[in-house]
Amino acid sequence: MKFAVIVFPGSNCDIDMYHAIKDELGEEVEYVWHDTESLEEYDGILLPGGFSYGDYLRSGAIARFSRVMQEVVKAANDGKPVLGVCNGFQILLESGLLPGAMRRNESLSFICKPVQLKVENNQTMFTGEYELGQTITIPVAHGEGNYYCDKDTLARLKANNQIVFTYEQNPNGSLENIAGIINEKGNVLGMMPHPERAVDELLGSADGLKMFQSIVKTWREAHVVKA
Amino acid sequence: MLLKLEPNPEQIKTEKLYQQMGLSDDEFAMIENILGRTPNWTETGLFSVMWSEHCSYKNSKPVLKKFPTTGERVLQGPGEGAGIVDIGDQQAVVFKIESHNHPSAIEPYQGAATGVGGIIRDVFSMGARPIALLNSLRFGELESPRVKYLFKEVVAGIAGYGNCIGIPTVGGEVQFDSSYEGNPLVNAMCVGLIDHKDIKKGQAHGVGNTVMYVGAKTGRDGIHGATFASEELTEQSDKDRPAVQVGDPFMEKLLLEACLELVQSDALVGIQDMGAAGLTSSSAEMASKAGMGIEMNLDLVPQRETGMTAYEMMLSESQERMLIVVKKGREQEIVDLFNKYNLEAVAIGKVTDDKRLRLIHNGEIVADVPVDALAEDAPVYHKPSKEPAYFAEFQGMKPEIPQVDDLKDTLLKLLSQPTIASKEWVYEQYDYMVRTNTVVAPGSDASVVRIRGTRKALAMTTDCNSRYVYLDPETGGKIAVAEAARNIVCSGAEPLAITDNLNFGNPEKPEVFWQIEKAADGISEACRVLDTPVIGGNVSLYNETSGTAIYPTPVIGMVGLVTDLDHITTQHFKQKGDLIYLVGETKDEFGGSELQKLVHGRIFGKAPELNIQLEKERQSQILTAIRAGVVQSAHDVSEGGLGTALAECLFTEGGLGAEVNITGNPVSALFSETQSRFLLSVKREHQAEFESLVDAKLIGEVNESGTLRVMADNQPVLEASVEELKAAWKGAIPCLLKSRD
Repeated sequence: MKFAVIVFPGSNCDIDMYHAIKDELGEEVEYVWHDTESLEEYDGILLPGGFSYGDYLRSGAIARFSRVMQEVVKAANDGKPVLGVCNGFQILLESGLLPGAMRRNESLSFICKPVQLKVENNQTMFTGEYELGQTITIPVAHGEGNYYCDKDTLARLKANNQIVFTYEQNPNGSLENIAGIINEKGNVLGMMPHPERAVDELLGSADGLKMFQSIVKTWREAHVVKA
Repeated sequence: MLLKLEPNPEQIKTEKLYQQMGLSDDEFAMIENILGRTPNWTETGLFSVMWSEHCSYKNSKPVLKKFPTTGERVLQGPGEGAGIVDIGDQQAVVFKIESHNHPSAIEPYQGAATGVGGIIRDVFSMGARPIALLNSLRFGELESPRVKYLFKEVVAGIAGYGNCIGIPTVGGEVQFDSSYEGNPLVNAMCVGLIDHKDIKKGQAHGVGNTVMYVGAKTGRDGIHGATFASEELTEQSDKDRPAVQVGDPFMEKLLLEACLELVQSDALVGIQDMGAAGLTSSSAEMASKAGMGIEMNLDLVPQRETGMTAYEMMLSESQERMLIVVKKGREQEIVDLFNKYNLEAVAIGKVTDDKRLRLIHNGEIVADVPVDALAEDAPVYHKPSKEPAYFAEFQGMKPEIPQVDDLKDTLLKLLSQPTIASKEWVYEQYDYMVRTNTVVAPGSDASVVRIRGTRKALAMTTDCNSRYVYLDPETGGKIAVAEAARNIVCSGAEPLAITDNLNFGNPEKPEVFWQIEKAADGISEACRVLDTPVIGGNVSLYNETSGTAIYPTPVIGMVGLVTDLDHITTQHFKQKGDLIYLVGETKDEFGGSELQKLVHGRIFGKAPELNIQLEKERQSQILTAIRAGVVQSAHDVSEGGLGTALAECLFTEGGLGAEVNITGNPVSALFSETQSRFLLSVKREHQAEFESLVDAKLIGEVNESGTLRVMADNQPVLEASVEELKAAWKGAIPCLLKSRD
């Protein structure tokens, strides 16, 4: 399986995502520049964390206009797995691939620490390797991770089982402890915590690895059947 | 076009306008002598910044000469953007510390943020990839709204810059004392990694080669920042706010990536950060170091504002800019490379062989001065030095043990002192994990960052107990280096070298200059014995507000090499049944201690003694034991003594507790700050091997009681639940920040 790590000006977790895929997962991966005009050759799209365009306006608000985002939307419509982490999640919200918006953390401060997440839905292509209700340790590092959406959207998210991860102890004030959500179709996941930072016990946790393994497993199954 | 009328040479001289720029009468006369004429306004400006203490070290040079700066592994000592030390496999570590004290006192967020930005540029201008940031901060007591504001904004500024650019802030220290009330200290350190073949220097070689300007445009911000940094702060300093620059970490992220791509190009000849004194220092120093000259056309300098004068452009300290020299004819490649990152690269001049800095603006030569006069020939002052009266008084005092009624209550109070208390509130605002190499995060003795693709890692720390330095600058200087090395060794690394940030008061006061000299003597001796040369650093003088100096604060930034990831050790106890050892005797030493401050509200007496030879022996024994795999945890005993160290070893998961035995006076045993002591835990099965390697005293055992129990003569003298201790330690800073005044 071949992954693309999209690099916007100001992305800074691109290298972490790249090494998680290459060194720990052992799959193919390439950096893809923000002005790229085709993502045809990639099977999975990863939007990494960072501060795209400095995030001076609103996180992800400028990046959504990058040329490559047209291709990301296309990949999403084609059913390819699209994972947005932290700034990547914010960009997915800004581009409308996922519903809702981000506010500044309730504390008004940046927060960086490992947090406990609850797996709320393990029936997705991103979470199949986790147990339902399992608690996993994944770090957060963000200043604007306070997820918000209106009542109707929240009701829809719940009805469709689109809330994939929640915080055990809410670090940022997000609505209903939401840490990560998926689109209705089930192929676009956005989350504030960084699974790519939790792929090696040496650094404290390898709980994020199963997310990437889930993606690969789902993809292999689909492609073996087709073949 | 708006014409600005600048004073002419005659006016500058007769009205002594050069004095506003910080030049003395004698210095102005020297400049006239060098030029053979009276300098114009722009030229006066060039000399004033280049001859400021910040750029020339004119007051501190005689002291800096004392430092050992060479060693087998030193590839680059002081004099370039940052020092470089070999770490084997054709790799090297690059690091430096720098202060941004004055800007942070006036505009704390931007002052701290641009301090971080500046030190990062120093590291990547050598061609290195910055891999970690640290800092060392000092504030007044965490009581007044002003101090709380400064503290919050400085931390936010460091976080804002480091997090955005994506370099992890992995460690540091924060201390609080009333001497820093009006003059906080903000020292930032950056550590980078480089392959030997990529090392670049700030040198303008090759006549006819092209001088290019890359990065952000030049504005009117930070004009005369270097001069501002070389004066005392006064109540009027707020008016100097325009001398503080504004940072743009996004711009620097682009500049960083572009420059690291650039260093792989053979078109590059030299590169230097436009830091303090901006275009002036980068051009003059690059030319001077290469024995060449530079001619620049200022009309070509990318400008953010209209109508800027030559004086303003040359003295601006706008951030995120670099000056590079490239081979003639290769300019377009460089332009294309920077365009890929949406950055400008503009040819603005050329290298000449006449050793002069010649500036052209609006078709006229506006400055023409010898580069060596700017970069090398600043006057050097041997300031008078005088032992302050307090020193003899403190030295004459008999050691005293502070009166303590309740050991447990005292331990709880010590753990709540902001200087000892958990700094979680601080480091949780820093992204300390980005780039996913941080093996030991902030909160242990030293932070450890692995080197991807190898079994190696780098340990790093910043340290300085300025109370000891105040009581006895020479001993205090030694202790600062020794403690940094202790932290490095406890993490499983071998100390390599240091960078130092000498924060002192006004050197024109003989008592302050004496502190500088003595501290430098102490640092030098410790560095010689511990074999950790000084590979670079920074001097920040004039740290005074309204005539009162800060405690002398020579901050030591040290980096060590972990030769195998398996050696990495942290301070926390690991499991039930492990044996607890104390290395080092304990004496009745309370001068400058946390307990003395807690009990008396002030510090006095002698600083703790330090035998640097003994220190070295102990460190070497401990490192040997760690490398042999027989040490479970290692922690140095520092502020707050053994009691505090024991508690800190227990602040981990798993409901661990400990029972230890002490001898002698319990107050000394628990709270004395005698140096060269370590607290280690060892698996029972390794007892014999450990004891054969380390001279240590078995004092107790780790258990699962969730309680710290201290016994003397078979009687418990202190018993406290770890939970209670941890709550005091963790809650102190958030609580102080919330409380109203």
